Amino acid sequence: MIKGKSLVSIDDFSKEEILRIIELAADFEANPNQPLLRDKVIASLFFEPSTRTRLSFETAINRLGARVIGFSDVNATSTTKGETLKDTIIMVSNYADLIVMRHPLEGAARYASEQSRVPIVNAGDGANQHPSQTLLDMFSIKKTQGHLDNLEIAMVGDLKYGRTVHSLLMAMSYFNPKFYFVAPDELKMPQEYKTFLDEKGIYYEEHRDMQEVLGKADILYMTRVQKERFSDLIEYERVKNTYVLHNAMLEGTKDNMRILHPLPRVNEISTDVDSNPKAYYFKQAENGVYTRMAIIASILGVK
Amino acid sequence: MEQHKELKVSAIKNGTVIDHIPSQNLFKVISLLGLENSGNQITFGMNLESGKLGKKAIIKVADREFSDDEINKIALVAPQAKLNTIRDYEVVEKRTVSIPDEVKGYVRCFNPKCITNHEKIVTRFFVVSKQPLELKCRYCEKVTTEQHLVIE
Ligand SMILES: [Zn+2]
Repeated sequence: MIKGKSLVSIDDFSKEEILRIIELAADFEANPNQPLLRDKVIASLFFEPSTRTRLSFETAINRLGARVIGFSDVNATSTTKGETLKDTIIMVSNYADLIVMRHPLEGAARYASEQSRVPIVNAGDGANQHPSQTLLDMFSIKKTQGHLDNLEIAMVGDLKYGRTVHSLLMAMSYFNPKFYFVAPDELKMPQEYKTFLDEKGIYYEEHRDMQEVLGKADILYMTRVQKERFSDLIEYERVKNTYVLHNAMLEGTKDNMRILHPLPRVNEISTDVDSNPKAYYFKQAENGVYTRMAIIASILGVK
Repeated sequence: MEQHKELKVSAIKNGTVIDHIPSQNLFKVISLLGLENSGNQITFGMNLESGKLGKKAIIKVADREFSDDEINKIALVAPQAKLNTIRDYEVVEKRTVSIPDEVKGYVRCFNPKCITNHEKIVTRFFVVSKQPLELKCRYCEKVTTEQHLVIE
């Protein structure tokens, strides 16, 4: 039962609930204007700016026919006057039927869910969780592959700090995947996630060079390799071009292979890839709207 | 031998003796049990010789017994602690401490970006591992280890 639940971490949802959201997202894609929430008010509280995520959520809310209140810039709110998160959430939860929130501090959404009278949807809490991203990634994988089971998934780039890859790994673990982790030594997949996979008996390999795995992947999940993540800048200069995907590298990859990226990209996917039919990242972003419609509609119990 | 050590801290008629506390954590134990504000007669000794711990500390609290919940709070800082309940100068019960499955309210999350370090929030951790100690924050989901353990 998703109705009335907060979505703070991806593991708040069971396998069945994840599948239900994916199914509903497909339904909203086929028929995007379903004003099921005409009598609802939804708060969109962005304690730090994230235009991309905010627009995606607010589009979803509008397509569902609900009205939006909130803020996109914390400087315009009383939080800058020292109001606590607790007070803001208690107040807003008396006005709205559901709260979508993004906050720079980790754990803010879980704490808000304990204070709020209405469900919270976490749109990112610092480096911790961003579950709607994971669900839209899974919807994208399902759409491009036809199913979620037994897929070979290559994750490339910053696997140490990239919260999207960690959440995706956890959620995909329900579906018997094979993982190929491709990262520079400084940004390897943290041990806790490898231990998690070991305990679940899920296969993975670690690589430094993506050429070694491109031919095997059904999904190529690219992430940004940011300079500021490196303690050793010489190492950054040495590896930075290793984690850039060019169109020529896609020769010999599987026909069903699709390239995903949480966006925004900087230079890790060369623009010559954009016109390749295997490039899926812009469509993936569009899928975010349908996924968020599915999340909100099921939490408010209209689907 | 044990008899001789006991004499370093005066005997009590009724109450609790908490032994085998690591010396460096004596004041943390006192604070976790809320003994600073207690009206009971309390005596303690520290830097006593102990084979196991190097230097150990001992606390005697007169006319006071502790519930398991109270006493398990000290398990994080004194995992080897032994409690003797004393009635009429006799040890009537011996207890050890055990780390609970959830730790609430007295450990700080080591993550500076955790919401609990920015607002007045009672911390909560799931104990992922007791040995070595690993506490997963309910809020930021990061793991605080023994090395970074700060008791408030
Ligand atoms: Zn924390």
